[in-house]
Amino acid sequence: MSTVDTISEETVNMPPVNLSPMDRVRLARDPQRPGTLDYIAELFSNFVELHGDRTFGDDGALIGGLATFRNRSVLVLGHQGGSNTRENLARNFGMPRPEGFRKARRLMCHAEKFRLPIIAFIDTSGADPGIGSEERGQGTAIAECLLQMVGLRVPIICVVIGEGGSGGALAISLGDRLLMLENAVYAVASPEACAAILWKDSSFASEAAETMRVTAADLQRFGIIDELIAEPVPAHEAPRETIGAVGQRIAAHLETLLDTFDISDPESVEALLRERYDKFRAIGAWHEG
Amino acid sequence: MRTFFQRHSKFRPRSSDEATGDSAIPEDMWVKCPKCGELIYSKELDHNDRVCPKCGHHFRLNARERIALLADEGSFVEWDAGIQPEDPLEFVDPKGAYAEKLASTQEKTGETESLISGLGRIEDRPVVIAVAEFAFMGASMGSVWGEKLARAIERAAHDGLPVLTVNASGGARMHEGLFSLMQMAKTVAAFDRLGRARLPHFSVLIDPCYGGVTASYATVADVILAEPGALIGFAGQRVIEQVTKQKLPPDFQTAEFLLDHGMIDLIVERALLRSTLATLIDHHAPAPVSFRPEDNGYDAAGAVELVDAGSGSAGDTSPEHVRHTAS
Ligand SMILES: [Zn+2]
Repeated sequence: MSTVDTISEETVNMPPVNLSPMDRVRLARDPQRPGTLDYIAELFSNFVELHGDRTFGDDGALIGGLATFRNRSVLVLGHQGGSNTRENLARNFGMPRPEGFRKARRLMCHAEKFRLPIIAFIDTSGADPGIGSEERGQGTAIAECLLQMVGLRVPIICVVIGEGGSGGALAISLGDRLLMLENAVYAVASPEACAAILWKDSSFASEAAETMRVTAADLQRFGIIDELIAEPVPAHEAPRETIGAVGQRIAAHLETLLDTFDISDPESVEALLRERYDKFRAIGAWHEG
Repeated sequence: MRTFFQRHSKFRPRSSDEATGDSAIPEDMWVKCPKCGELIYSKELDHNDRVCPKCGHHFRLNARERIALLADEGSFVEWDAGIQPEDPLEFVDPKGAYAEKLASTQEKTGETESLISGLGRIEDRPVVIAVAEFAFMGASMGSVWGEKLARAIERAAHDGLPVLTVNASGGARMHEGLFSLMQMAKTVAAFDRLGRARLPHFSVLIDPCYGGVTASYATVADVILAEPGALIGFAGQRVIEQVTKQKLPPDFQTAEFLLDHGMIDLIVERALLRSTLATLIDHHAPAPVSFRPEDNGYDAAGAVELVDAGSGSAGDTSPEHVRHTAS
């Protein structure tokens, strides 16, 4: 504990480090960076993981379960990769297959039925691009998650803790709040994929990351995220401190949402859904005439 | 008809010039079918709704041709053609700035964006129609697409009309970054409201349909149709090959493959698309008043309530579009 505190105090007094967007992509992907299971272990108690999509299988890349957060039962969802080869194989490098999205959707319905708020941690390079995933309807599985989530009658808080990769990340991030760690990134495609298409060479990923505006600061400026959570020390160097800060912000937003909306009152829930609708309805850059 | 080229019975990749919609072929020209190799007189091809008379290969249509094919003659009234894209990221790639790319694409295609929306009639049934234009930056979904579609859906909900979307896409509009990704959320949200008003969404998947469109509203429609042979998927074939190092099955990601795997409702030949949609619209029309349970029926007035608290986009154009549907 004391070493963590010492590091943070020193860093607070240091001039801000000028990290390039690609530096942040690397930080976001660091295998030692805290993942969903670390957040669950640190912030939640009584965690009971729930498995399976009831159709085909269980997906280790997108996990979920019931847990206690600040004396309240919630549903927690999140992407989970591995920090070594064996774990990565078991969790498909954190890239969900259709089963993962279908499990997430099932658990969302469970949360709605029992009026449990949802907390989702976003940390994936993207949905699995495999033959089996296509056969089992990867696009459909993501779309069904989106449709379920946007009309779900409980408060939802989403936090991008690492890499937010495209549709696989979006699938569990349609909440009432979208928070993001300072060194997390969120992008429509990986910088490598973007560079491969537009630069015809994936080694131009840094250039792509720059112009794609993938950082939390960019997305805050665009009004796409609701809050940037400061990360004075990269999360993998100060895991407990980072997780603690995220926990405080989740708690604050959850309290606001539960004070504003009464989940047991249908009219109040309609107001929550209207607010969620307006939030996504307003995102876009265009002009008329 | 003479065959000048060797016939290919196997599925072959489509020729690259198809990507432009190839609508500008001079009248007396022969077109080679990319599937069977047959040379077809272009007028004959046009006469056959641009379907190969020999093997049934469906050539791509551009969005205007598609609307002409589906909507009753002269019935289509375009909405929101004045919504213009922006360049919020100030995106630059080796080919230059996104803003310049937009200007040149608009000039080349004569379209302002990759989605055309409006109100039309299909065999006399009013329906809100939104069609993707593949020639416009590969029918990538950006902010304009999302805004046009959300408005169209909100108007449909307001006026009690069904929605037909004709979906092609090469993927996300990378130049718009996360704005592009978030249009998946925006369009799905609007369709969620349409569904709550018990109004149907029919989605027709055409060649090629990939990425965020496949992973959002196009695959959660009430009825999902596809044209024969259309390639439809989430990840592109090249990406899958690179990542998995596996050989793809021969019919991988075709409409037939999706039907086999239970992902779509039906495959419809182009010649039967209009009549099939008309029948589907009828099946989803509100029941006659005498058969409607008093407290639980479809009710257009309820739909109005659903949209009036939105961000104002439904209300600000309603006088105009109500006029279109009044007849
Ligand atoms: Zn042919």
